[in-house]
Amino acid sequence: MKNIILRTDKLSAYFGKEEVIKKVSVSFEKNKVTAIMGPSGCGKTTLIRTINRMHELTPGATISGKIYLNDEDISSMNPILVRRKIGMVFQRPNPFPTMSIFENVIAGYKLNSISLSRDERNTIVEDSLKKAALWDEVRDILHRKGTFLSGGQQQRLCIARALAMKPDLILLDEPTSALDPKATASIEELIISLKDTVTILIVTHNTAQAARVSNFTAFMYLGELIEFGTTTKMFTVPDNKKTEEYLTGKFG
Amino acid sequence: MAAQGTYVRIVKDRLFYTLVILLAACSIIPLALILYYITVKGFNAINWEFIASLPKPVGEAGGGISNAIVGTLMLVIIASCFAIPIGVMTGVFLSENKNRKIAHVIRSAVEILMGIPSIILGIIAYAWVVMPMGGFSALSGGVALAIMMLPVIIRSTEETLKLIPNDLKEASLAIGVPYYRTILKVIIPAGLSGIITGALLGVARIAGETAPLLFTAFGSPWMNFNIFEPVNSMPLLIYYYATSPYEDWHSIAWGASFVLVVFILGLNLIVKLVTRK
Repeated sequence: MKNIILRTDKLSAYFGKEEVIKKVSVSFEKNKVTAIMGPSGCGKTTLIRTINRMHELTPGATISGKIYLNDEDISSMNPILVRRKIGMVFQRPNPFPTMSIFENVIAGYKLNSISLSRDERNTIVEDSLKKAALWDEVRDILHRKGTFLSGGQQQRLCIARALAMKPDLILLDEPTSALDPKATASIEELIISLKDTVTILIVTHNTAQAARVSNFTAFMYLGELIEFGTTTKMFTVPDNKKTEEYLTGKFG
Repeated sequence: MAAQGTYVRIVKDRLFYTLVILLAACSIIPLALILYYITVKGFNAINWEFIASLPKPVGEAGGGISNAIVGTLMLVIIASCFAIPIGVMTGVFLSENKNRKIAHVIRSAVEILMGIPSIILGIIAYAWVVMPMGGFSALSGGVALAIMMLPVIIRSTEETLKLIPNDLKEASLAIGVPYYRTILKVIIPAGLSGIITGALLGVARIAGETAPLLFTAFGSPWMNFNIFEPVNSMPLLIYYYATSPYEDWHSIAWGASFVLVVFILGLNLIVKLVTRK
């Protein structure tokens, strides 16, 4: 397969002795949106947290198997660099409360003391906010606190913060589960508009959302990857019985 | 019969309610009396000369408490320099490692430290600092007060940081910020008002302490800015002047009490304002 940006090889993740992801081998294509769906507790969030090495921050959490980013084994990379290349957006919007909108976008540089000229800073902030479809709403209030914005705006601010690091890939962990339908729609539009420039993995328990935004879909159940394929195929003629049952609302 | 029972119950209820209000009122009487007394006795002693000049020898009229004000400020600053960094870092450790055994041990140790009589801390500072250095000093007083301040700062830092959502830490780590920078630049700033509150409460707790200073800072009739020399402080001055046989020294002690109480009340008010926000 061509244009594979990230692939896992027999990836298992554990909390203590409990195996929450079981030998998942999957490849994600560059500049596509892949949705990871499944019922609660199926390991979908854990899966993406292993990808930017946030999983291992939980006491007792370990993994086995391999993850390759552009054919490079991430376990041999510095986790801090992995996280700069792989951005993440969380369930609940979490802008830094002590920082302004501008500072929130540039936070990845600021907190790491990466020095930038004033022009570079302004360009990065403007570009990132434009990509996150937030620029028009906040261009005149960049100095205000990030927490002053509405929930949906805060979530787009968090996306802008992740985009500002120019990541290879961004991970969205149920990014709309804390938002109202209108804000959800705007985030979905944003995801669709972003897919030409960034690769996106989105975890969702909302099957309709997966159908709307993604090119590929992975279905997980009890820690196993049950089915992976193009979204169109999976939502019309799934191979696996479990997938069909989940999509038709028989469980989950 | 039934109606009578109800009547008795209503009376009992009223009585109890009145009692609760009365006892609650009793608890504010001491504070009101202290403020009243100190204001009546101390306020008249206060003027610019009182604040800005040195104490005079017995028999001479006038004299002030400038050296005690400076001394108390020095002691507070020295104690803060020790206690704030250590206390904040301990608080960070405890909130970051909530369930580790070592955290439980430290937490209990801090609680016990809180209950240790302040004069014992004076003896400790005497043994640690005064004896090896061969003399009483502001530094030794600062060390004794720092130990007193520590538990307050540790507690309030831990309590504050516990309330900061884990999301925030993850947000920072997820954009590739190393752990130590996440703590210093995201977590601590987010809890800053709580940490400052703790530091101010710590200062309010030590500013009026006498016992640990008796054999550390020791007291001095002169102005001193050297941290390796004995230094006067407000509570020490009040202690010596109030127990002296001279009438005008008593009034200086009242004046100094007034200044000290106003200072500590002021700190508490600032804390209230900061935490309300």
